[in-house]
Amino acid sequence: MSAITADETVDLKGLNCPMPMLKTKKALQAAAAGKILKVEITDAGSKSDMPALLKRSGDELLESSEEGGVFTFYIKKK
Amino acid sequence: METVEKASAQAPAVSDAVAAQIKELEGRISTLESHGDKLTMVLFSGDFDKAMAAFIIANGAIAMGREVTIFVTFWGLDVIKKANFSTAGRNILERMVLWMRPKGAGNLATSQMNFGGIGPRLFKFMMKQHNVEQLESLINMATEFGVKIVACKMSVDLMGIKESDLIDGVEFGGVAAFLGDAYDGQVTMFI
Repeated sequence: MSAITADETVDLKGLNCPMPMLKTKKALQAAAAGKILKVEITDAGSKSDMPALLKRSGDELLESSEEGGVFTFYIKKK
Repeated sequence: METVEKASAQAPAVSDAVAAQIKELEGRISTLESHGDKLTMVLFSGDFDKAMAAFIIANGAIAMGREVTIFVTFWGLDVIKKANFSTAGRNILERMVLWMRPKGAGNLATSQMNFGGIGPRLFKFMMKQHNVEQLESLINMATEFGVKIVACKMSVDLMGIKESDLIDGVEFGGVAAFLGDAYDGQVTMFI
């Protein structure tokens, strides 16, 4: 369990490359500035994809973790 | 006293020149910075697996906020053909080529392990099992998200393809259209 409280949870479990990144981007576009998204992904590539994506978009990765094959990312929208 | 006045009178003229130079340099920097934002691809191959790679990269680049242009030429045109179109009005050689080439993204062969068409079916089945998007849906998404698809007019004409044989939203251009976009970006791929 994370100490961070998310404003919205985005469930992208079961999706494969490049869908998790596209849907994360879409969710971030729709979110208001400062909101925190909790994104859940089962595609293991997202471990390195997510930091690369956020580096480009400028949104902040607050925390990432993995449990039982599910990668969870807490992202703060810029 | 006189010399001091002269010096102070000259000072603004110098800083004007410096300011102009700074402005010019700022302009150049912003041009350079904007250049990194484009991805340009040449899709030469009509192989199912290579087309998959092209459109997965294109969709990823779009997610990362890049402009993407895919310049489609030669065998690559098979990927952006409609699944059904009439070959009426073409000459015998053009018809022969059109008959022998796959029609559209759903009918492509794989570059390896094609086994007379069994290979692609096998891969599509495995993709479904792994919940990987199908090629047609990747192409739809790409165009929906603003990926620019430019068909090489010379290849289109050479192979007797009509504009109406290709999927909607395709633009037409030549080598300059491709190079124009390629010069604007830092990443160019040939697939």
